[in-house]
Amino acid sequence: MAYADDAEHEELHDPTSFWSRYIWSQDHKVIAVQYSLIAIGIGLVALVLSAMMRMQIGFPGSIDMDASEYYQAMTMHGMIMVIYLLTALFLGGFGNYLIPLMVGARDMVFPFVNMLSVWFYFVSVIVLVASFFVPGGPTGAGWTLYPPQAITAGTPGSEWGIILMLVSLIIFIVAATMGGLNYVTTVLQARTHGMTLFRMPLTVWGIFVATILALLAFPALFVSGVMMLLDQTIGTSFFMPDMLQFGIKTEHTGGSPILFQHLFWFFGHPEVYIVALPAFGLVSDLISVHARRSIFGYRMMVWAIVWIGGLSFIVWAHHMYVSGMNPYFGFFFAVTTLVIAVPTALKVYNWLLTLWRGNIHLTVPMLFSLAFIVTFLVGGLTGLFLGNVVVDIPLSDTYFVVAHFHMVMGVAPILVVFGAIYHWYPKVTGRMLHDGIGKLHFWITFLGTYLIYFPMHYLGIQGMPRRYYLSEDYQFIPQSAHSLNEFITVVAIVVGISQLLFIYNLIYSAFRGPPSGGNPWRACSLEWLTPDTPPKHGNWGPSLPVVHRWAYDYAVPGAELDYTPQTTPASEVPVHESDEDEVLPAN
Amino acid sequence: MFAENRSLPIPMPGYFARRSASAKTGLHLLMASITSMFLLFFISYILRSQVSDWQALSEPWQPLGQTNQLWLNSAFLLVASIALECVRRELRKPELGNSREFLWLAGFATSGFLIGQLTFWNYLTSRGYYATSNPANAFFYLLTGLHGLHLMGGMVAWLIANTRLQRERRDPSEKGLCLATLSVELCALYWHFLLLVWVLLFALLSSSPGTYAAIAEFCGFGG
Repeated sequence: MAYADDAEHEELHDPTSFWSRYIWSQDHKVIAVQYSLIAIGIGLVALVLSAMMRMQIGFPGSIDMDASEYYQAMTMHGMIMVIYLLTALFLGGFGNYLIPLMVGARDMVFPFVNMLSVWFYFVSVIVLVASFFVPGGPTGAGWTLYPPQAITAGTPGSEWGIILMLVSLIIFIVAATMGGLNYVTTVLQARTHGMTLFRMPLTVWGIFVATILALLAFPALFVSGVMMLLDQTIGTSFFMPDMLQFGIKTEHTGGSPILFQHLFWFFGHPEVYIVALPAFGLVSDLISVHARRSIFGYRMMVWAIVWIGGLSFIVWAHHMYVSGMNPYFGFFFAVTTLVIAVPTALKVYNWLLTLWRGNIHLTVPMLFSLAFIVTFLVGGLTGLFLGNVVVDIPLSDTYFVVAHFHMVMGVAPILVVFGAIYHWYPKVTGRMLHDGIGKLHFWITFLGTYLIYFPMHYLGIQGMPRRYYLSEDYQFIPQSAHSLNEFITVVAIVVGISQLLFIYNLIYSAFRGPPSGGNPWRACSLEWLTPDTPPKHGNWGPSLPVVHRWAYDYAVPGAELDYTPQTTPASEVPVHESDEDEVLPAN
Repeated sequence: MFAENRSLPIPMPGYFARRSASAKTGLHLLMASITSMFLLFFISYILRSQVSDWQALSEPWQPLGQTNQLWLNSAFLLVASIALECVRRELRKPELGNSREFLWLAGFATSGFLIGQLTFWNYLTSRGYYATSNPANAFFYLLTGLHGLHLMGGMVAWLIANTRLQRERRDPSEKGLCLATLSVELCALYWHFLLLVWVLLFALLSSSPGTYAAIAEFCGFGG
């Protein structure tokens, strides 16, 4: 905070034209919106791809899609959702918008680099989309891009598609690194007066730790991507073993596909938490605000985030139990995987205890938050199944795995994304989203996703394999599984189409929504205390806010209001720092 | 095209301290990320070296059996790193001391390193050691190439530092001096880091197959 004194005199990059205000903007808020719009746009592409896949699975032959196209759709759907939608939206979207506002900064510390970050991200998306239009189409190797199959003839997109995918990922990593340097440095160096680390909202903690994970884990994807790119383009043999291709020996010798798997999952598992930790942070704030209750066990929540982040680097090989690894390794990774359930469970308990005796308002953000808790719980519990080697092996490559990861890192984070957008949209636009449409969107999405993914656990236990283009005429797949797949497909189409409600609400409310005022949810954290809504460039007017307390002073006994903003001095309302001075609800 | 800068009245030392701390934190994070990348490359190198098709470049009859060129390159990079440290110190002297000369020396020495590395690449290809001939060759080109690319990125920062220093000599100001000092400090830190990476890289690339096997055994994936 020593630097906050001088931040009031720092250089501002005031936009002077349309181009500098909306296109080449260095304002973190504009960059956040740019990130979000690009992410949502490419996310919709992935949603359409999933609908096409579901049509093929539920009603084979109903759409014009061959096996290659199915695998291409599957690959692009997975990669887009994990990297280009969720990662970009949580870090680039929410991180950019909320970090400076929540810590009381005027902007990110490196605004120019921040601007470069979003444009590199845009280029990475363009390169990715370009792969739909090259000879052979996009890669169909599955989102894990395992060699040798990913670059072997016969796999869809094994020539141009995979090259564009790898180039796109490398550009994305450059973008994520430039953004990540900003987010972490801003948290460490640009907090305002009185904003200690343990007064930061959990949203900031979640994004902060997730970004550190990204800075350390994305290099693994970079390393594997560069080596595979060289294997594909100039014929090196980092990963490519001696093999025959259509009966002819390739020029590759001795490469190690397992090395790729290790590198990929050394990135891939932290990636789960790069998505999950911001979701944990955001949902903690949503629950606290809409239950009018200080977050339970704040410090425990912070340490749980840090603990989970650290552990996420030593569990990667639980994705590789069927790769033939040494059983002792399997034992080690099973143990670390189960240990990670401890801090995760702590967080779930703390969310429940925050709700306990709270003044719960069933607003749209709260509905999404509650839905997140139960969805994440189901996804987390099935993770315990798959974390055990002996249970994982029979369930591997079945729909049980599809159900698990869609529940835990697909639906659960997306529910938080929706909740968070409904929550912070008024700050971004100055208008409220339509409540009725929001609730309709919520119920269709929540119930629909359960109807889609919950039955998949049963399909998996029945032995139904994932990734199959056509599952007819297999004796081990009963007719009931086909009926269930038809049902899932119908629901998936309904849920997919219902997302148009959300898009409509976003657009309609930006122009016609009721004005929100500065702090419609009566929240304590700094972003709601800006002098203008939406906040102007520089965020805080002539002087930065001064923080006197944590971000969760709800229902403080003796206080006039049921919330006490972070800027309220202790002389007006007593300070109750963190959970050590647990604040009881007023009633 | 970009927004104009609007500078408010700045109490320089405080502003400089803030900007300096942010820039150094950012650079430390970048170096952590780069360290993660090279560490993963190193582990991949060791693991891949245990496959039977690996032909180590460090055997006495192989190109890395004679490392004179690489030692010379290392000396260039060491000189660059020391020169940048000297610039940092010279900036504290009246009239900026010999900072300009040392900064140019750092630039020339770095260029010498990069040219030396390209010379060794040329030597390898002239003897038929192409990237596709053997995984050891491929790793050599890849690792030294990436290290060189990072150094070339650093040269952009060196150019900025040089520009700021020239400007400060022409038109001295407290702000100009602060910015030049910050640029030089960041360059020095980055060069020291890349020197350390190169030393480790050099040690790895020129080690014997027995060393690779021992490390692989220690890491649990020995052949």
